[in-house]
Amino acid sequence: MTLDADWAERWIRRTADAVADRRDELTALDREIGDGDHGENLVRGFRAVVAKLDARRSEADGSVGSPRLVGDVLKLTATTLMSTVGGASGPLYGTAFLRAAKVTGHEAIDTRTIVAMLESALDGITARGKAEPGEKTMVDAWTPAVEAAERAAGEGDEADALRAAAAAADAGATATIPLVATKGRASYLGERSAGHEDPGARSTALLLAAAVSALDEETV
Amino acid sequence: MKKLLNDPENAVADSLAGFALAHADLVQVHHDPTYVARVGGATTGKVGLVSGGGSGHEPLHCGFVGDGMLDAAVPGAVFTSPTPDGILPALHAADGGAGVLAIVKNYTGDVLNFDLAVELAEAEGARVATVLVNDDVAVENSTFTAGRRGVAGTLCVEKIAGAAAMQGGDLDDVTRIAQHVVDNVRSMGVALTACTVPHVGGPSFDLPDDQMEIGIGIHGEPGRRRVRTAPADEVTRMLLDPVADDLELSRGERVLLFVNGMGGTPASELYVVYGRARRLLEQRGVTVARSLVGSYVTSLEMQGASVTVLRLDDELEALWDAPVHTAALRW
Repeated sequence: MTLDADWAERWIRRTADAVADRRDELTALDREIGDGDHGENLVRGFRAVVAKLDARRSEADGSVGSPRLVGDVLKLTATTLMSTVGGASGPLYGTAFLRAAKVTGHEAIDTRTIVAMLESALDGITARGKAEPGEKTMVDAWTPAVEAAERAAGEGDEADALRAAAAAADAGATATIPLVATKGRASYLGERSAGHEDPGARSTALLLAAAVSALDEETV
Repeated sequence: MKKLLNDPENAVADSLAGFALAHADLVQVHHDPTYVARVGGATTGKVGLVSGGGSGHEPLHCGFVGDGMLDAAVPGAVFTSPTPDGILPALHAADGGAGVLAIVKNYTGDVLNFDLAVELAEAEGARVATVLVNDDVAVENSTFTAGRRGVAGTLCVEKIAGAAAMQGGDLDDVTRIAQHVVDNVRSMGVALTACTVPHVGGPSFDLPDDQMEIGIGIHGEPGRRRVRTAPADEVTRMLLDPVADDLELSRGERVLLFVNGMGGTPASELYVVYGRARRLLEQRGVTVARSLVGSYVTSLEMQGASVTVLRLDDELEALWDAPVHTAALRW
């Protein structure tokens, strides 16, 4: 399995499918502890990215041989999310993809680059949102994902690193349920935010699960 | 929930189209990306004022574009902050060469998107200052939250900073005055009902008939605590006391009292709240020197109200009184 620009494109397209499939769930989570727009915002943003990918693909028809870089796909994703999502998740996911793009300017990426990509994404989110682990935000899914990818990279290949990251993000999202939010919209609820999963952590888990599903070239 | 809409996805665009036609003498609505600017563009030599935020709070902010208030406003999707690609051209449209002040409500999304846009504008050579409005006293411990939110006090900041800019203040002056308002304005709100975001279709939170939310923000998010409904006088005290206490108002001080409707509460009820709030302030020996009552910073069709108090001094009083001519506020 080569993690090339085609993989990156499948990753983004499957994320778009995943947030559309789970729109109601994300909206319901955000309705409990936020303002109920997380599902809508992500669906709008990733649809816009897919539209740009489609447009680029039809432009590229006929041209042969130009190298396509993973980072290009991620950069297009970043700028599109920044300009279409709004809310807090737009700048956060936008910054994550922008930082990830900076370390993936290759035709294909290896295990070490996968780890660097996830680390850069997390650094970008932390720099922009100033949240730390345990504050009931998407950082609580990204942090264990990066740690798991680092561990898996020591023993396995890039697919193993991605699978470990996705599984850890999923567990990290679930682990936000008992937390009391101290950053983001949910923090205004104080103690009442406990008992609900953080929508940003859940969407992070969906995003990384899509990166794993994109390893499979067959359309799902 | 019944709403006067066509396709809910186009709620903001359809509303802005009507707004543009109704107030063509004052504003021009730009599309792709969306922002609203004063007709005739930036005033040369005047500090430009820009604000923005999620839609659903009308007339905030677009209704405050005009003479003596904002030069441009950026509406996002309903309850969703606008994106940098809309904020950036608004900053440029407001720039008459004397710099631009961005007035940002302290919500994570608004702050992040404005930060990105200001970075981009500065990279393109613009001079931009930012003031964060955080008047909401319902957020008690800002160490453990994203900080106090910007709510109805934003109107006071936009009006007074707008007047300061109109009178020729430079960017430092206008920023200082805006910050001075932020430092002296506090608000607290109550929701009697939730509201329904058009494209979501269901209420933004569940609120039983006999309950109300004290300490709501304006983005349809629930408040800090839920209590049984009570007569207006009692509810007003729950809102006014924390505001006055937080301001540490002392006898002999003069204030502006602003009772704001959340969208679904009639003016008659707002005046009930105003009357009680005024008596409570007078009992504290505080003089209500200026007043505003109406629905200016709303949450769609939510029933409820907020009480805002601004501590006045001669400078702020004169700037509040200065002429303003916008779609929603004029004297």
